[in-house]
Amino acid sequence: MANETKKAPAKKRTAKAERAPKKQTTNGKAASGAATGPQDLPDGADFRMYTGGGHTHESLGLEPDELLAMYRSMMLQRRFEERAAQMYGRQKISGFLHLYIGQEAVSAGTVHALQDTDPIITAYRDHGLGLARGMTANECMAELFGKIDGSSRGKGGSMHFFDVENHFYGGHGIVGGQIPLAVGMGFAAKYKETGAVAVGFFGDGAISQGSFHEAANLAALYEIPVLLVCENNGYAMGTAVDRAVSEPDLYKQAYAYDMTGALVNGMDVFEVYYAMGELAKQAREQSKPALVEIRTYRYRGHSMSDPQKYRTKEEMESKKNEDPIIRLKSYLIDHDLATNEQLDALDDEVKAEVHASVEFAENSPFPPVETMYEDVYVQDDYPFIV
Amino acid sequence: MSESANHPMAELQFREALRDAMTEEMVRDENVFLMGEEVAEYDGAYKVSQGMLDQFGPKRVIDTPIAENGFSGLGIGAAMMGLRPVVEFMTWNFTFVAFDQIVSNAAKIRYMSGGQLKVPIVFRGGNGAAGQLAATHNNSTEAFYTNVPGLKVIAPSNPDDAKGLLKSAIRDDDPVLFMESELMFGLKGEVSDEEDYTLPIGKARIAREGDDVTLVAHSKSYWLAMEAAEELAKQGYEATVIDPRTLRPFDTGAVVDSVKQTNRLVIVDECSPYGGIASEVAFRIQSQCFDYLDAPVARVTAKDTPAPYAKNLIEAWMPTVDEVIAAAKGALYVE
Repeated sequence: MANETKKAPAKKRTAKAERAPKKQTTNGKAASGAATGPQDLPDGADFRMYTGGGHTHESLGLEPDELLAMYRSMMLQRRFEERAAQMYGRQKISGFLHLYIGQEAVSAGTVHALQDTDPIITAYRDHGLGLARGMTANECMAELFGKIDGSSRGKGGSMHFFDVENHFYGGHGIVGGQIPLAVGMGFAAKYKETGAVAVGFFGDGAISQGSFHEAANLAALYEIPVLLVCENNGYAMGTAVDRAVSEPDLYKQAYAYDMTGALVNGMDVFEVYYAMGELAKQAREQSKPALVEIRTYRYRGHSMSDPQKYRTKEEMESKKNEDPIIRLKSYLIDHDLATNEQLDALDDEVKAEVHASVEFAENSPFPPVETMYEDVYVQDDYPFIV
Repeated sequence: MSESANHPMAELQFREALRDAMTEEMVRDENVFLMGEEVAEYDGAYKVSQGMLDQFGPKRVIDTPIAENGFSGLGIGAAMMGLRPVVEFMTWNFTFVAFDQIVSNAAKIRYMSGGQLKVPIVFRGGNGAAGQLAATHNNSTEAFYTNVPGLKVIAPSNPDDAKGLLKSAIRDDDPVLFMESELMFGLKGEVSDEEDYTLPIGKARIAREGDDVTLVAHSKSYWLAMEAAEELAKQGYEATVIDPRTLRPFDTGAVVDSVKQTNRLVIVDECSPYGGIASEVAFRIQSQCFDYLDAPVARVTAKDTPAPYAKNLIEAWMPTVDEVIAAAKGALYVE
C-alpha cells in the first residue's frame, strides 16, 4: 500500500518483483527484479509505491454496496469478454478482438476512484473501461457484431468503443496515438476551469512511442491535470517488456519529465482505487500530471490470433492465482460482506445480461448501406461523395 | 472579390489578413486559441501571429516545443472537449511528423464514434516549395490530405480569400487544414472591411473570363496561371482562370461550367504529378463533361522527383509560366 512518497520498504519491493512478468526470454533485466526498484531512484524524485494487500474496505471508506458494485463491474467485463471470444469463434465477430481478461481491477478501481465527469480515453483494449464507465452490454455486443444498435453504429468495432455521455472518449487503434489526446483533454479542463482530471490509458508497448514522450513533456511543461496511465500487462503484442524497453520499470520515465511517478499493483482493486483516487486528487488540486504504471496481466493473447508462444503455461497458471476477481471474492466472503450464494447469484445475473446482449446483437439489423456516408463530417450536406 | 465589391477595402499582406482572421475569431469566441512553434514570444516564425501574445496572453497564444505529433494531438484532444484550437505548423513539410494525429485521429474520430464526437480544429501554416531548401522542405502536401475523408482542405491565393476562409475554417465544426504558401506571406492585396467577413468553404472564384481555354490553379500556382493568361491574351487567346480556393470540398461545378464554354482545360498544381490535385480534377472533368472536351486535359505540376537544391534544378522542377502557356497552346493545337 503506502502512499508515502518514495522509498517503499525493501520487503515490499521484493513482493512487487514477484508480480513482475517473468518470461523465458530475457536480456537479464527482469521487469522489476532485485536490480531495479526504489533504491535506484534519483534523489528528489517523487515516486509512489502502491504495492497491494494493505487495504481494507474500512480503511478506504468503501461501503459494502460499493464493493459489490466493483465486483459486479469486474464480473460483467469478464463474462462479456468470455462470451465475445465465443462469438468470435463462431464468426459472429470479425476484425481484431483484444481481450482485457485479467485486467478488470484496473478499470473497476479507476472508475470508482474518479469523478463521473473526469474524461477517460484508452487504446484498443477498450471493452473493460467502456463497460466500467457505464456502456451497456447490449450496445457493446452489438458494436462487436457490427450492427446498427452498436455504440458506434457499427463503424467502430472492438477497438473503437465510445461513450461520450459517460465521458469515455474511446477506443483508439494506433499505439500511443491517444496519449497526446489525453493531454489535450486535460488541457481543456484547465482552460475551461472545469476541475476535471483527464485520464489517458495506454499499454506498455506505447511507452516506446514518441507520442508518449511528446505528450508527457507537454503535460508537465503546461502543468496539465492528466494522469498518464500505463497498463503494463507484461507484453507488447508478443514482446516482453524487458525486450522492448531499456528501463523496464516504466514508472521511472516520470523522472525525466519532472512529474510524479507511481507503481501500482493492478491485481488488487483496492490498491488501484486507492492509488488512482490519491493521484487524481493531487492532479486536480495542483494541476499537474503524473505517470502511473499499473502492473497487471492478461490471460488471453494479444488478440484472438495470438498463439501465445512467448510465455509458459506455468507462468499463466501462477498469474491466475492473483486473479483480481477471485481476490475480491475471497475478501468479500472472508469479511462476511457477501455469501458464496449471493455472489453466485450476482454472477448468474451478469451472465444473463451478457446472454441477452448476444440476442440483442443478433436481432439488431446491419447498418443500412447509406449510413456508410453518415458521420464523416458534422456538416451533413457536405458533398464528399466522389 | 465580388462578395465584397460594395465594401471598402484595406490593403493588407497575406500574413496580416490571417492575423486579422484569427484575432477577430479569438475576440468573438473564447474557446478559440492558437498554439504552435514560435507563435507567442517570437511573434510568429513568419510573423503571422505578431502581437497576438500581447493581446490575448499566454493562456490563449501558446508556444510549443518542436513536437508536432504531441501538440497536434493535444489540439485534437482539446477539440474533442469543445475547444476550438488553431494549431500552427511552421510549415506543412513538418506535418509528416504529425501525420498520424491528423489522419488517424482528427479525420476519423467522428466516424469511428458513430457521430458522438466532433473535432473543430484548424491546422494551418506555410505550404509548398519555397526555393533552394532541398527535398524535405519543399513539399506541396495538399494531395496527401485531400485523400483523407473527414478532412477539409483550403488553399487560398490572396489576402482577401485568406481572411474570409480562415474565419470560416475556425467556425467550422470539422477539422480543417488551411494551407498558406510560404512565399506568399508578404503578398499584398485588398481585403474586405466588411464586419465579420467570411467566405463559404467549397466555392471557387472565377478570376478571369475567356472563351478559349480554362486554367485551374490554387494558391501560389494561381499567380502563374494569371501571368500565363495575360501572355496568352497578348497572343490572341483568352483564358478563363479559376481559383478553386478550397480543395476538399472542391467546386467541380465551376470548372465543369467553364469547360463547357472553353472546351479546353489546363490544371496548374505544385504537387507531384502522381496522384496530385491535378489528377483528381482531370478525372472529374473527363467523367462529367467528356463530350465537351476538344483536347486532352493537360496538367502542369512539379516534376516527379524529390525537390533538388541547385538553383537551376529547382527552377526547372517547379511549374513555370512558360509551361502553362505551352500546355494551353497544346490544348488549343497551336504551335
